[in-house]
Amino acid sequence: MAETQMSADGLKSLARYMDQFEDKESAIIKVLYEAQHIFGYLSNDVMLFIAEKMDIPAAKIFGVVSFYSYFTTTPRGRCQIKACMGTACFVRGSEKVVSEFEKQLNIKRGQTSDDLKYSLDVLRCVGACGLAPVIVVNDKVYGKATAADVSKIINEIQG
Amino acid sequence: MINLTINGIAVEVPEGTTILEAAKKLDINIPTLCHLNLHDFKMVNQGASCRVCVVEVTGRRTLAPACATPVAPGMEVKTHSPRTINARRTVMELILSNHPKNCLTCPKNVNCELQALAAELSIHDIRYTGEMSQHRRDTSSPALVKDMNKCVLCRRCETMCNQVQTVNVLSGLNRGFETVVGPAFNMPLADTACVSCGQCVAVCPTAALSEVDNVAKVWQALNDPDKYVIVQTAPAVRAALGEGFGLPAGTSVTGKMAAALRRFGFKKVFDTDFAADLTIMEEATELLGRLKNNGKLPILTSCCPGWVKFLEHQFSDMLDIPSTCKSPQQMFGAIAKTYLAKKLNVDPSKMVVVSVMPCIAKKFEAGRAEMNQEGNPDVDLVISTRELVKMIREAGLNFDTLPDEDFDDPLGESTGAAVIFGASGGVLEAALRTAYEWATGKTLEKVDFVALRGLQGIKEAEIDVAGTKLKVAVASGLGNARHLLEGIRSGKSQYHAIEIMACPGGCIDGGGQPFHRGDIEILKKRTQALFTEDQNKPLRKSHENPHIKKLYAEFLKEPNSELSHHLLHTKYVKRQKM
Amino acid sequence: MQKLSTYKDLADAYARLKPLMRLREESAQGEITKRELLVCGGTGCQSSRSQELLNNLTAAIKGAGLEDTVTAHITGCFGFCEKGPIVKVFPDDVFYVEVQPDDAKEIVEEHLKKNNLVSRLLYHDPAHAGRTLARQHDMDFYKKQERIALLHCGLINPELIDEYIAAEGYLGLAQCLEKMTPADVVAEIKASGLRGRGGGGFPTGIKWEVAAAQPGPVKYVVCNADEGDPGAFMDRSILEGDPHGIVEGMAIAGYAIGATHGYVYIRAEYPLAIARLQRAVDQAKEVGLLGKNILGSGFDFDLELKYGAGAFVCGEETALLRSIEGGRGEPTSKPPFPAQKGLWGKPTIINNVETLVNVPKILNRGAKWYYSFGSEKSKGTKVFALAGKINNVGLVEVPLGISLHEIIYEIGGGIKDGKQFKAVQTGGPSGGCIPASQIDAKIDYEALTAMGSMMGSGGMIVMDEDNCMVDIAKFYLDFTMEESCGKCTPCRVGNKRLYEMLTDITEGRGTMETLDKLQNLAQVIKDTALCGLGQTAPNPVLSTLKHFHDEYVAHVKDRRCPAGVCTALLDYFITDACIGCGLCKRDCPVSCITGEKREHHSIDTTRCIKCGACANKCPVKAIVRK
Repeated sequence: MAETQMSADGLKSLARYMDQFEDKESAIIKVLYEAQHIFGYLSNDVMLFIAEKMDIPAAKIFGVVSFYSYFTTTPRGRCQIKACMGTACFVRGSEKVVSEFEKQLNIKRGQTSDDLKYSLDVLRCVGACGLAPVIVVNDKVYGKATAADVSKIINEIQG
Repeated sequence: MINLTINGIAVEVPEGTTILEAAKKLDINIPTLCHLNLHDFKMVNQGASCRVCVVEVTGRRTLAPACATPVAPGMEVKTHSPRTINARRTVMELILSNHPKNCLTCPKNVNCELQALAAELSIHDIRYTGEMSQHRRDTSSPALVKDMNKCVLCRRCETMCNQVQTVNVLSGLNRGFETVVGPAFNMPLADTACVSCGQCVAVCPTAALSEVDNVAKVWQALNDPDKYVIVQTAPAVRAALGEGFGLPAGTSVTGKMAAALRRFGFKKVFDTDFAADLTIMEEATELLGRLKNNGKLPILTSCCPGWVKFLEHQFSDMLDIPSTCKSPQQMFGAIAKTYLAKKLNVDPSKMVVVSVMPCIAKKFEAGRAEMNQEGNPDVDLVISTRELVKMIREAGLNFDTLPDEDFDDPLGESTGAAVIFGASGGVLEAALRTAYEWATGKTLEKVDFVALRGLQGIKEAEIDVAGTKLKVAVASGLGNARHLLEGIRSGKSQYHAIEIMACPGGCIDGGGQPFHRGDIEILKKRTQALFTEDQNKPLRKSHENPHIKKLYAEFLKEPNSELSHHLLHTKYVKRQKM
Repeated sequence: MQKLSTYKDLADAYARLKPLMRLREESAQGEITKRELLVCGGTGCQSSRSQELLNNLTAAIKGAGLEDTVTAHITGCFGFCEKGPIVKVFPDDVFYVEVQPDDAKEIVEEHLKKNNLVSRLLYHDPAHAGRTLARQHDMDFYKKQERIALLHCGLINPELIDEYIAAEGYLGLAQCLEKMTPADVVAEIKASGLRGRGGGGFPTGIKWEVAAAQPGPVKYVVCNADEGDPGAFMDRSILEGDPHGIVEGMAIAGYAIGATHGYVYIRAEYPLAIARLQRAVDQAKEVGLLGKNILGSGFDFDLELKYGAGAFVCGEETALLRSIEGGRGEPTSKPPFPAQKGLWGKPTIINNVETLVNVPKILNRGAKWYYSFGSEKSKGTKVFALAGKINNVGLVEVPLGISLHEIIYEIGGGIKDGKQFKAVQTGGPSGGCIPASQIDAKIDYEALTAMGSMMGSGGMIVMDEDNCMVDIAKFYLDFTMEESCGKCTPCRVGNKRLYEMLTDITEGRGTMETLDKLQNLAQVIKDTALCGLGQTAPNPVLSTLKHFHDEYVAHVKDRRCPAGVCTALLDYFITDACIGCGLCKRDCPVSCITGEKREHHSIDTTRCIKCGACANKCPVKAIVRK
């Protein structure tokens, strides 16, 4: 992950993406979104690269990144487990499901396992309240999840 | 005009006035914390974030922040209703619930806006307690200490750093309870493009940002029988020091200051003004040289270490334009440890040079790698005006009744040209007084270049010197400096000489001065004090200073000589922009 | 499609495309020769593999050689998410529920080929055991609904501009440009009674009027599509199901106030909505419904998408504007209001998705028509997201003024698993909890505010007897505390302190004094916070303190959680169902369970560490928490 983080290709394509914006300031969030898409997370080096290219103070870039929960400054796991903690999911017991993931993966919400295999995050409403509680692993959705389903889900994503 | 009532009293104010300003007109004091109005420097911190100034406005569902709510026709305001008093008290308790209570040992003790407010609102009990912020104290900078556990998130520093100074090092980081003001990646200040101007410290209401305190080190040096400790005092200090003892702003206290320093036990009490005269000798020579030899123009003054560091970070492609002169502080140290040491028969390695500065960037400057002679720093210790106030108190001196004393010779003699270094435009004015006479060979009768004076951010003038129209400009505040430099870089503006000071208004508003708390009148009075002192001096041109003449005759030979270059000039280094 | 350069071009296109809707609008008469299948492509149904289902249907239709007479395509959310994925067959008007990808073959073989309904995929009427309902409007879930904002969801393919035009799309805009002055448009919106559907319910027409009155050539229209209320997903459904409706609504707003540029501030976490909306914008530009000189009227309007990156506070107008400008979403003091001084200091109107999607319909059918729905001060319809402990989770659109009872029991089908209805939370984290005793209350802006809640974006989370109201208040505070921008003291520190006090209460450290402090602080935050988020954050606390005071008292006085949720206050007990197998005793890490083999065991609650190991082991579920 560390090596690929600042790959020349990635930087080149990010630089191209930045070039299209006339007003750099208002494009910050889109650029960071793209950068996270390319590199998986926003390292200090990537943020500095953006700051220099767009001529925007690094402090401002970091201020923006640290404000929005969509952005992450640490590498995420290959399996990104996201549990919806919207109200509909909460009242239907998502808290128990998340605790079970924490227990079984031995990481807390917001963390990534040391081997970069899993990361566990809680989300605001994903808008699939009919399926509450909802677990999203990478892009796959597991609806009506219970604590008992957790080991099954983990087995499935391992396979 | 808009008519409204505040606490039942009618008042008429212009449109756009805030409730806070309207109340002030009626002598109604609405407490504030985050608010800071420095409109002369184009900075109004009006985030309305602390919510201490909330007032009741009839018809409005929630309370309104007086500092940011414009008046409206027929508005009825209640500033101290039971509802507002309870709200204000609760808000204040919330702030204090996340603020350390170790006021007794805090650098801002008795000088803290938060502490004063807690007293004003009679907060004796904090009902709401809970988790407190845990931020690492940042002591990486040689000039300032950042202790965000004491931050109330007024965001004045951020506004100052970005809007006024355009140093752009500080930003709000994170959100919610984790919100903190800091540099990119929350890294140590020393690793950032911070220029140590200290304007953030100057506006911080608490001790979240404070200067590095060198008082103990100065006492330690004075207490060391092996050391020969001497002191220099910068021009702007004398115009502000008295405020620390309740004297009216603008009281010049040069004589009392010299007396106090002498009582501390300094072997010699000197004046940075002497070195200011010396700077003019070197800089005016350099200017005339560049004009004559088609050298790089404009020449930029280099007295201000905040500004110099700003240039090194932000305009590293333009490092060849500033004057190569060291600042007066550093020139003083270099001369003290060579010429003076020899004269006094003191071993330079045992000599300790202490500076009293209106500035905290001077602490950084004294530690710059270039500023030494064979490892012996030109200046050893720098304290600010505020630290000097503390020392005088600690020494038990009654400042009011101290006699007026003179500086010691030979580095205590100065002209009027030197004392105005402390105000924006003063360095350039001093240089012009000398350059004019040297270039024309005539006596300059009218020495006051009033166009260069005052608190405006950018001032310009055209001066006829021996047939050459010299186009000069003065900028104070780094945002204004940036503006000027961008013009030069793009080739849009052309000047012969530019004076730049990092702090708005110059050193009188330095980051180490007594807190003005947003009262710009104080700065105007300090400026006036310096120009009055200039006017009262028998000599008002640097090259007329007899001890300077003697220094050249006995030691340096002539301005820009080889020895001058060795001791009094410096080089600049390219630094990271971010 | 060719470029539409005049009003007539659009009218002609409409006449030409209108037949596309024929099968979907008329009910079957006589023999069916052509069919259309609409598969729900909303996020909920897509999560249940509706895309795969559509692929299978398409393949099966082809396999059966029906591709000339039957088409299957995606449509927006039908709203009945509880029963998704949904397939609707036209013109038969048959509504299949919970359809799996594997069911595609059977639908094609039985229904399409043999005209036999697949009864196992029909909706089972909960009111009459054994009875199935095939038609959407026979279902209680739909009977009282009035779909205006959601009109096109479940009716057209949102990815095709042709379908939108066929369903009278862009006619509203065309009418404005051809026949009305901007002032006429403002007047029409004012007359319709439309109010902001995203929060406070400010009259849309007045907002437009203020912005229209501002001088200067540069103004902006912003669509707030950063839906953030957890448990509300109507904006997402509209964006996904009717993206052209947003484009048209914004263009009309632009014409009304004199703006030539619009921004849609859309959640980055809504990739499908982003894709569909971007596609709609591109299509509209291609045919000239966005861009320069729209339909030859001289009116220019362009649209751009801006991403919201996960900050609830950006639902607040001023924070949203700072975010579009590229900064941290920190709100600023009002006045000045955005309509006076908004984006980059220019007059800006901000309307939410649901508000804007109503606009073209109002222009099409007239203000009077829209005004005829709703209650005295709250006109029109509102979409609610019904979720929580309710049988029919989904999106429902009802006329304002409908009773809570109608929504929960008639449309929502009552409480899940026959439990006791306790409260309904409306307005998301800014709202409050309405207790069961208010079940007959009419739902509109004024009534909700009077009950200590608010409309918000229309989330309705139903709670039953198993939900602890202190825990619910804590859940919301946890949310607002995390989402606070951190700028003002009351919100940054105050909400944290509220949360800490609620934690104390749920963990048995609260006292009656804590309740007093909670009340005072909540009130002060409401009174002093800088923005709407902060001012409304204490609502869940204040409303539960008011309506469920006994439950708070039980926590602090009796150290008891009546709903059995707050684990720190619960004890494990062994019921009479115990068979004395001894498994619990063996697994107890602190050996606090005693009992002889084959006899009733008991737990020493003074030593129990409440780890729950025993309850997990018990084969007969005889260990309970109380």
